[in-house]
Parts: sequence; structure tokens; C-alpha cells
Amino acid sequence: MSRLYDKPEVILAEFVNPGALFKAAGQLRDAGYTNFDCHSPFPIHGMDDAMGLQRSPIGWIAGLLALLGCSAGLALQWWTMAVDYPLVISGKPYFAFQAYVPVTFALGVISAAFASLFGMLIINRLPQLHHPLFRSDNFAKVTDEGFFISVPSDDAKYERSKTRAFLETLGGKNIEVLRDDD
Amino acid sequence: MSDATTKDTAPLHHGEEPLIAGNPSFGEVTDKISRIVERKTPRVWLLALLLTGSLALVLLGSIGKLVWEGIGIWGLKVPVGWAWDITNFVFWVGIGHAGTLISAILFLMRQRWRTSINRFAEAMTLFAVICALIFPGIHVGRIWIAYYMFPLPNQMGMWPNFRSPLLWDVFAVGTYFTASLLFWYTGLIPDLATLRDRAKNKIRKIIFGILALGWRGGNRQWKHYELAYLILAGISTPLVLSVHSVVSTDFAVSIIPGWHTTIFPPYFVAGAIFSGFAMVMTLSIIARKVFGLENYITVNHLEKMNKIMLLTGMMVGYAYSIEFFMAWYSGNQYEIFTFINRATGPYAWAYWTMITCNVIVPQIFWIKKWRRSLPVMFVASILINIGMWFERFVIIVTSLSRDFLPSSWDYFRPTFWDISTFVGSFGLFLSLFLLFVRYLPIISMAEVKGVLPQADPHFYAHKSHRVSEEENK
Repeated sequence: MSRLYDKPEVILAEFVNPGALFKAAGQLRDAGYTNFDCHSPFPIHGMDDAMGLQRSPIGWIAGLLALLGCSAGLALQWWTMAVDYPLVISGKPYFAFQAYVPVTFALGVISAAFASLFGMLIINRLPQLHHPLFRSDNFAKVTDEGFFISVPSDDAKYERSKTRAFLETLGGKNIEVLRDDD
Repeated sequence: MSDATTKDTAPLHHGEEPLIAGNPSFGEVTDKISRIVERKTPRVWLLALLLTGSLALVLLGSIGKLVWEGIGIWGLKVPVGWAWDITNFVFWVGIGHAGTLISAILFLMRQRWRTSINRFAEAMTLFAVICALIFPGIHVGRIWIAYYMFPLPNQMGMWPNFRSPLLWDVFAVGTYFTASLLFWYTGLIPDLATLRDRAKNKIRKIIFGILALGWRGGNRQWKHYELAYLILAGISTPLVLSVHSVVSTDFAVSIIPGWHTTIFPPYFVAGAIFSGFAMVMTLSIIARKVFGLENYITVNHLEKMNKIMLLTGMMVGYAYSIEFFMAWYSGNQYEIFTFINRATGPYAWAYWTMITCNVIVPQIFWIKKWRRSLPVMFVASILINIGMWFERFVIIVTSLSRDFLPSSWDYFRPTFWDISTFVGSFGLFLSLFLLFVRYLPIISMAEVKGVLPQADPHFYAHKSHRVSEEENK
């Protein structure tokens, strides 16, 4: 459907409170919209189900990188202590793995930390300082006390007038069509 | 949207006390906390920064002197090769632990009261760890070769020794700082977006716009954000336990009587949490008064922290007594001597300061009235901080000053530079903290809104349901 619109655009509707937003999200999902988003100043409990979203893959990303970090940490200690320049210190074995646990653990943790933050940013396509939604002055409320639903034109069910009317029947206020004009 | 629609006018159920008093609307939360950052710079703040900034310069000057002259300017001499430097290091690292406990462990335990204090407890962690990292960095003396602490081969192709706890420490504390920074920034993103959207002038808009990374508060973003935050909390949780355990192995892995003991890791962790909560307490009592945040950081919050201090204070007291028991039970004359020397030797004054501040003072929190009294808890928190500094001093200096060979015994006295470096580190810590409270939101707005009763989408369903029930009667 998006090819009907030569420029990407997005319809923005405001809702009075988290309850109204939650209800409207379920109705949009039931009407077959798949690519809409619900904007709120704080995460709303149960919204993922209302919107029909899958679980975030960040856990797998962080877990995988934690394993990689641990392996790299252990490999570093094994290679420097037992291969590159082996030294007998306090009569301990070259590969004294018990002594290598703290550093192995630390590198696993730090890798998982980077993976969580940067994985989250990459999946969310952030930083993204330019977005059609920022063209709405009303949308500045979203980080204060505003609750919004946005439906972009690349949603398969998107039709400017129909979608707009549907959002109105759901209780949407201050409806705006925002275009990326540059 | 008007306040009438979002404000919770329904009575609270089950007679529960609300987490946030005064029943604010979402907008009121934003306003209250953003305004602290947006108003004109208060004169008192400038004066305070002038004072703490001067102290920070004292630190800088002391470090300069140290680099120029060498660590001989401190009171260190055989047999006491570690004294205030490492005491300060352990003291500052320990302070940080409460921030991580509040932000990570209490988050995983779904203790929603943490939302009011987690932001600045985390900031405190970062600044305390910065202060901590300075000391091992400068106590090596020739700080231009401090890179020996990193896994880089030297001119002979030798690597640092990974079997030594000193190297574990570099990794543990480095990881701790970095993970805490990432966790803190992740939590800040939605609030930075709030400041961006409220910005009145262009420079603010650009700075906060960049820092907020284009956050739009969409649920598709929140979904990943929340899981990332949960994982950061999950991996910070073992850090609370591991970092100070590793710090304690700096001592426990050595063979010095008084250091060579297996109780150190849990004992250090309990002490770290104890001292950290005392510091959070001191700072939050001042912050809530200065910024009028009594509804956000309520006496209930403070009382809960006092309970944690009572618990960890007793854990520390238990560790002190078990150390004595184990020294006797070991039958080792050096161990027995070390502990009797601690309590009755030349440093007895330090030992009994420690016992008074750490074991006796927190006992006042058994009494509910004192647990909820601001002056009492303020004084107690400062005494506990003093006591915890002395704990590290006692462990480090008494054990070293009288070791195996009586002919080498000596009494450690701090010099001017020992004192100026320590006092200066407080200047740095407080300066960073003042900058933080001026330029960033000190309470997590997004999280506080999330724990208000009207944040639950089902809250509205209940309300209309309740109304219709009443109509039917």
C-alpha cells in the first residue's frame, strides 16, 4: 500500500490516558494493523500483548556476547600466562584456571553490558535525530504526559483517510498527518 | 490533556501507603523534577561548587606534588607500605556498592520504592568509583608507567601476572565503572528526551537532543529498552558481590596475619553496602531538603534504607567477632597477637572508633521513632561513614604495622599530603555530584511515572467499573 504514497508519512493520534491507549492498541491490532506504535512517557505494562509484539531478542544478543567475552578473557590469560611468556610464580601452574575466574567473569559482564545497551540502540535504530513524528509540536508531550498512536504509511493496512477515520472512532484526538518533506 | 483525566482521584486500596506522596499527575512529576534542572543557577549552588571545586583542586595539587616528589611525601615507610591510599580506595569503592544494590538488586526484586532514589544512587556510584580509581593509579608512585596494570607486554615481552589479585582488581573495578556508566546512561535516555522536549533555547535543545539519541517513547522502543535495562540490572547484580570480593582478595590472598582470612569477601561486601547506604542517606537527606523532594523521597524510603543499614551493620559486627574467634581458634600465635593488638595496641583508638560507629550506632535503628527521625539518621549516616573508613584503616594499617618480626614494627603517621589527598577526593566527589544535580534529572521521571497508580492501563477500567457499581446501588 505504501507505494501509493510517494513520500513516507505517518498519522499521529493522541489519547487521553494509558487505559485509552491500551484499548485502542488492541483494536488496531484486531483491525489488522501490524506496524503501528504506541508512544508513552513510560513503558505500559501489557502493551506488548495488546499490540501483538514478539519478545525482544536482546537477551540472546547479550547472552551470546557474554559467552564470547568470557572466552576471550580466558583465552587472553591462557595465552599470556601459559604460552607467550610462561613464568613460574609461587609455584602455581601456568594455566591456573582458578585464578583466572575473576577476570574471565569481568570480561563476560562487560561484554554483556555493551551488548545490551548497543544492541538495544541498534535494534531501535537509534540514534535517529530526524523523524517525521518530531514535526508535530503536540508530540513533544510524549515525554511528559502525552499518549499517542502513530501509524506509518508502510503499514499494509494504511490508507490515509480510512486510517484517520478509524483512529477517530477509537477516541484519538488532535489527529495529524506528518510527512517527511525534506 | 488536563490533570483531571490523569490524576488519581480514587481512594487508595488496601490502606496501602503510596510510593509517591501527594498524588501527583504525570505532568506534575515532569514539572517538579525538570524544573530543578531548568531554573536559574541558584547562588547557593555556585557557592557550594566554589567550595568543593577548591577542594578538588587540593586533590589535583596533591597529586601533582606526589608525581613530582614520589610517594615518600606520604607517611608510608617499612613496614607500612599501604595506608591511607588503599584505605581511601577501598572506602570509595565500597560507597559505590549501595548505588548498584539499589539500581540492580532492588530492581530485580521488584522493590518499586527504589525508583525515587536509584538515579542519584547510581550517580553516587560512578563518582565514588572515579575517586576510588584515582588511588591505585597514583599509589604506584611512577604514574607514567601505570599502564603496567593493563594487559600489555613490557619491553621484555612480559605480561602482568593474572594469578595476582591486584590484576583482578583492575579488571573488576574497571568493569564495575563501565557497567555502572552504561546502566546509568540507559536509565537516563527517556529523561534526557523529556529535557529535550521541554528545552526553551536552541543550545539546550541540541545538547539534550543528541544525548537523548532521538528517543520517541514508542512501545516498540520501550520493549527492547526494558529488556536491555533488565539485563543490565541482572549483570550488575553479581557485580555488587564480586567487585568488593575481588578487592578483599588483595588482602586475603596475602599471608599477612589479619589479612589472610576467608571471611573477607562476604565481610567486605556487607561493609560496602553498609557504607554505601550511609552515603546515599547523607546525600538524599540533603537533596530532598534543598530541592523540596519530600513527596518523592519520603520518610518511608529513608526508613527502608535504615533497615538495610541495621541489617548490614550487624553483618559487619558479626564479621568483627568471627575474626576474633577464628584468630583464637586457629591457634596461630601471629593471628592471635594481631587481633589482640588491634583492640588493645597503639591503634586501639581507631579500632574502638570503628566498633562504636559501625556496630553500636546502627543499633538505634531498632527503635521506630529514631528510624524515622531525620536528624537522628543524618548524624548516624555520617558516623557510619566515619566508622567504615576506620574499618579499612584498621584492617590495613594495624596488620602491617606489627607483622611477624618485632624489630621491624613501626607506627604509621599520616603526613599533610595524606590528609590533603583524602580531603581533596571528597572535593572531587562532591563537585561531580553538584554538577550532576544541576544538569541532569536527579530522579528518574519515567520510572516514577510508571509506579503511579494511574500508570496501569487497568486502573481506568476499574474506575469506570466502580462508578457504574455505585450507580447501580
